Amino acid sequence: MRFPHRLAAAALAVGLTGFAPLTAHAQNAPATATTPATQPEQYFPLQSYRVGPYAAGGTGFFGGFIDYMTLINSRDGGVNGVKLTWDECETQYVVEKGVECYERMKTHQPPPSAWNPLSVGIAYAMIPGVTADKVPLITIDHGRTDSTDGAVFPYVFPLLMNPYSESSAIVNFIGTRVGGDDKLAGKSIVVLYHGSPYGRETIPIYQLLAKKYGFTLQQIEVPDPGAEQEAQWLQIRRIHPDYVVLRGWGVMNPVALKTAQKTGFPADHIIGNVWSNSEEDASPAGHAAVGYIALTTQATGTQYPVIQQIENTVYKAGKGDMADHSRIGSVYYNLGVVNGILNVEAIRIAQAKFGNHTLTGDQVRWGFEHLDLDPGRVAALGASGLFHSINVTCSDHEGHGLVTFQQWDGTKWNRISDWIAPDWDLLRPIIEASANKYAAQNNITPRDCSKEAAN
Amino acid sequence: MDWGFFAGVAIAGLLVGVMYSLVAIGFVLIYKTSGVLNFAQGAMVLFAALTFVSLHEEGVAFWLAFAITLVAMIVLGILIEALVLRPLINQPPITLFMATLGLSYVIEGAAQLFWGTQVHQLDLGIEDVPLPLNTVLISQFDLFCAGVAGVIVAALTILFRYTRTGIAFRAAAEDQYAALNTGLRLPRIWAIVWAVAGFVALIAGLLWGARTGVQFSLSLVVLKSLPVLVLGGFDSIAGAIVGGLIIGLTETLAEVYVGPYVGGGIDQWIAYVIALIFLLVRPTGLFGQRSVERV
Repeated sequence: MRFPHRLAAAALAVGLTGFAPLTAHAQNAPATATTPATQPEQYFPLQSYRVGPYAAGGTGFFGGFIDYMTLINSRDGGVNGVKLTWDECETQYVVEKGVECYERMKTHQPPPSAWNPLSVGIAYAMIPGVTADKVPLITIDHGRTDSTDGAVFPYVFPLLMNPYSESSAIVNFIGTRVGGDDKLAGKSIVVLYHGSPYGRETIPIYQLLAKKYGFTLQQIEVPDPGAEQEAQWLQIRRIHPDYVVLRGWGVMNPVALKTAQKTGFPADHIIGNVWSNSEEDASPAGHAAVGYIALTTQATGTQYPVIQQIENTVYKAGKGDMADHSRIGSVYYNLGVVNGILNVEAIRIAQAKFGNHTLTGDQVRWGFEHLDLDPGRVAALGASGLFHSINVTCSDHEGHGLVTFQQWDGTKWNRISDWIAPDWDLLRPIIEASANKYAAQNNITPRDCSKEAAN
Repeated sequence: MDWGFFAGVAIAGLLVGVMYSLVAIGFVLIYKTSGVLNFAQGAMVLFAALTFVSLHEEGVAFWLAFAITLVAMIVLGILIEALVLRPLINQPPITLFMATLGLSYVIEGAAQLFWGTQVHQLDLGIEDVPLPLNTVLISQFDLFCAGVAGVIVAALTILFRYTRTGIAFRAAAEDQYAALNTGLRLPRIWAIVWAVAGFVALIAGLLWGARTGVQFSLSLVVLKSLPVLVLGGFDSIAGAIVGGLIIGLTETLAEVYVGPYVGGGIDQWIAYVIALIFLLVRPTGLFGQRSVERV
């Protein structure tokens, strides 16, 4: 038998590229929800991912988002008479495909209202483009932390929670578990993070928090995709920490929980971040996930009026987006609904200033920058308990979102904490410093938000 | 030096290596008999696990779901041979490699088309809790996996060495023209081999699926098998096992003892460094057949 050396080298080369191209599948044709040309419409380009390794998250999030827009169209006839329309473009969570979708959809008429890619990589790649186009980019619960500073990033909105706020809230929560923040001193925390820019983003903030509260910190990387973590959890076993913060993504999460069990680490001392908090993260781990705790910005379940309205109005009319109805009320689905609420309310607020007609992206951006939903307004929207509140301003594109913590009981999540605030005062100087550095590198003159507030 | 901890790390690394070997064996089977590096093996692992778990969730009994999935994998193997490989007989290895690369897309897409994109839990009924052995923790589940791998290797060794079919496999692998001249039916042999590779994919899929959940990323386990193949040799089942053990042991030890000094996360690429070194020094791997060509 001839041994094909070149073949071995080729195989090795394919392996070393990380197999990324092999996640490709046939792209979904864009599905447009169109309205008669005479009716004003507000258009949303959706860079969704319904196939590939992260399809479970994509189908839930975009399903919830679309269902909420369908509810607004069905129940209210749109936003003050303006119908919501959308196209989907399949990204498979691949940055290149996400950018390709952006290029293809950005020239749509009427123009895009806002971009919602739900992908750190795609969002990063789009920032220069959307800034030039003057269309807002929504990165709910994720994205660049320093884009919180709207003076430098006028078109980027990491709504509800940025990665630094998330880290701070997790440490605050651990503080409540050990009897107060002052009891954190001397404790040991390991952060197990995904080996990607997303995973590494919070390395400096955990170092800062460790310095402030006096706990011992070890941060351990899990290479993507994270299907094997023996070595990392053996290190954790040797460190014997009080808590492990799981900053995972995809398959890394259930594998972490299973390997923790294998190495004898208790699940109720593992605190997952916002991308380790779904049913798809806990359920595959079986018994190993029972007791596991995770942060979230939106509660799960179908008991909220807005979710029930979707079920009664959208699904009973056969217009629902979710093929599997049992996923309505899941973490990703409810995040999609909350994202829909924030997008729709931003348009409603912008309409109050610019009129009840099709708005430009820049006008919608103004709406996001004045998005103020207090608990009373959230209740009026049927979302009381689903999420807390948001108050976006020119200088704060995150909007001071609060978080809560949930615990997995083997079949579902149960809330175990009140709404918790991150330590924004501690984080703000770091965010501003990073944003100003970005501004200097990119020749951006930051806006004067005191003047913007008057507009 | 904590030798008890070191022993625990070493054992865990070896058991991880067995998991890599399980996937690598599927590659070896195909390569050994047809000279094709089947890059679709990972997709076959995904397809098998997803089919099994979806049937089981629909209420089909465990062993019936296993049997149906096995039949599906055999049919898949026969179809691959008839529709993809047979038309490509006598084509260069790189052509066949690219064909299997394309095949992996098709199988992944088909798996998600038929069974959806949800993540599934797979419980094989084996507790994955540690067995305390002095200070060393050994996973019961990993021991079970090692046992399964041992049984598969023994069965394949018997098949290749002591059965007419196995000897025909080896003949086809040695020289396809000579095999044809002696009356061996290559398409039939290859169909059987692909069916056996499908069975191995099913076993690997169930064991990996029980560890990670059954989800798309199962198809990416091939990434861990490539350095195993380069190290052990593409045409040696024993090499797949030894290569897997070496890779698993090395990457685990490296991550635990070297990783903290270089920022961690090295277990992903350290396996490829070892494989590259082997490729330079011993291109056929530890157990691969050295090529002898008459010129």
